[in-house]
Amino acid sequence: MGISQSEQQPISDLVGQYKALPGALLPLLHAIQGELGYVPDSAVPIIAKGLNLSRAEVHGVISFYHDFKTHPVGRHTVQICRAEACQSMGSRQLEAHAKQALGVDYGETTADGAITLEPVYCLGNCACSPSVRINDDIFARVDADRFDQLISELSSEQGGVK
Amino acid sequence: MIFYIPQDTTALALGSEAVAWALQTAGIEPIRNGSRGLFWLEPLLEVDTDQGRIAFGPVSAKDIPSVLDALESDPTSHALYQGEVADIPYLKSQQRLTYARAGVGDPVCLDNYQNLNGFKGLANALQMTGQQIVDQVKDSGLRGRGGAAFPAGIKWQTVHDAGESAAADKEPGQKYIVCNADEGDSGTFADRLVMEADPYQLIEGMIIAGLAVGANQGYIYLRSEYPVAHKLLNTAIDGALQANFLGENIQGSGKTFHLEVRLGAGAYICGEETSLLESLEGKRGMVRAKPPLPAIEGLFGMPTVVNNVLTLAAISSILEQGAESYQNFGMGRSRGTLAIQLAGNIKRGGLIELAFGVTLREVVEDYGQGTYSGRPIRAIQVGGPLGAFIPESQWDTPMDYEAFAAIKAMIGHGGIVVFDDTVDMAAQARFAMEFCVVESCGKCTPCRIGSVRGVEVIDRIVANENRDNNLILLHELCDTMEFGSLCAMGGMTPYPVRSALKYFPQDFSLRDAAGAAQGES
Repeated sequence: MGISQSEQQPISDLVGQYKALPGALLPLLHAIQGELGYVPDSAVPIIAKGLNLSRAEVHGVISFYHDFKTHPVGRHTVQICRAEACQSMGSRQLEAHAKQALGVDYGETTADGAITLEPVYCLGNCACSPSVRINDDIFARVDADRFDQLISELSSEQGGVK
Repeated sequence: MIFYIPQDTTALALGSEAVAWALQTAGIEPIRNGSRGLFWLEPLLEVDTDQGRIAFGPVSAKDIPSVLDALESDPTSHALYQGEVADIPYLKSQQRLTYARAGVGDPVCLDNYQNLNGFKGLANALQMTGQQIVDQVKDSGLRGRGGAAFPAGIKWQTVHDAGESAAADKEPGQKYIVCNADEGDSGTFADRLVMEADPYQLIEGMIIAGLAVGANQGYIYLRSEYPVAHKLLNTAIDGALQANFLGENIQGSGKTFHLEVRLGAGAYICGEETSLLESLEGKRGMVRAKPPLPAIEGLFGMPTVVNNVLTLAAISSILEQGAESYQNFGMGRSRGTLAIQLAGNIKRGGLIELAFGVTLREVVEDYGQGTYSGRPIRAIQVGGPLGAFIPESQWDTPMDYEAFAAIKAMIGHGGIVVFDDTVDMAAQARFAMEFCVVESCGKCTPCRIGSVRGVEVIDRIVANENRDNNLILLHELCDTMEFGSLCAMGGMTPYPVRSALKYFPQDFSLRDAAGAAQGES
């Protein structure tokens, strides 16, 4: 549960920056996650104190939303759309392929820490399904081959394992 | 010659960035426009020439040299030549009001917006009283485009009047305009296209809403799955602020309106208006019991207009062209135009804006040209994950709120997802329940637990376990969810399930091991 000073400071700074905003909690959590990649458990009391909420309330919000992570994730997040339009174009097969190719299930990170695989329910790209989101980029008409190509481009960009 | 290559999500997802790069390499700086919504042609390269504005699509970076050559000689000779953009039949046959500007120019260029009649609706609204604006919206017949189709003018009137009673003895209280941009339904992208191809139109609609009801603060609650829309909206808001269309003393009128984008965090339920308000307040997105209506006690307990992106976008053209011109489109009590989003397994998917009344068959056959896979269409889901699966016998139903309600289906937000004959409808029914398990806010029992039991019962039916009794149980469970749930999440999950059972019963019968495994997924 320990948190280093170097992690605590940015959280306290962000709390200070956001606390006057009406309905500050979601924007604050997004900001913390943007900074650290996840919302550590040890951030909860700092947020609670700053926003005058109970720790239970803060925890309740973090756990309600799919976006918020409580553990470090991979350097890249790969999301596969599971919604109906993508299903009609073979996303069930794509999901199976992705899990097999990366050797992880949804919510897990590859052993080298490069990629976290997640489901997503609609990226609004439904006329050109199946859709995949990698970080902030969305890709259309992704079949198994295209998926493998995108993943290999990711690892070459990153120069492999850090 | 001026070159245009779109920067919306779908065009980017299909490689428009590489096309732009190829043009830049050839010494051409393209304008990054929005998409026209003809997604089957994306990336669609448009070129303003002496012969008019012509299009090539779908282009990839490697096509650029040959396109440039063709432009020097005979553009019509190129294999990807699509003719004049405005004459492409898919676009020409539409009745574009909300999407009239989509794709024409740079979506965040304020001059471009104003040259195309932008902010004229606001100019008119600034000359009117709040009540006069509300009356215009009432007269237009505009109904909420999020799905529930509630008359927008009546909602606005309630918020408008909510201040009146308080005003007598104290300061007029705070009110809010909230734009629901949590477009979570699969098969929908109409809101996204407005925000990415014409964001000022939404901003203008929200300012007008603020003037109408006396609200000086607006929020756009945007889903986090739309990173491109997020960036473009923020750029547009900055532009509107710089030009004093937002902020204090708008265009010297003495009126104030502030606008901010707030990101959701991946919860489908936050598209439900009361859950959205909870989320905006920084809480779990738990559905509120109604009453009180958000129009009376909404965001932070204050009177709040919550409208969908398309509803607010339509406001700009209603105030610009008058209520009557809007009223002239449509049929019955469904006035104006409907933004149909054709998606899924379809050859020509895209945004089709038409007056209400076109049939589903016309949309999928004439516009869509059948499935992408080339196989026969088997089922069509209209209105998102809570919408019914519609069998061929009902494809001649006109797209109108009441006509769809009569066949126990809904238009909802206008999304159409097409499935070919390889679809397993028992698996789709199971998915509807599974989606409800994942996305239920958990406040009410029929939705939270009913959906879990629904998945189990469907699995038993498919496995032929005590089949007849489990079918009865599934119907009873659907009744409980439909009539006992607090909101449409649990209340409408039975629609896709029941329609799959009713029209595709053979998919629920005993099958071999391979088929059952497919149903599991």
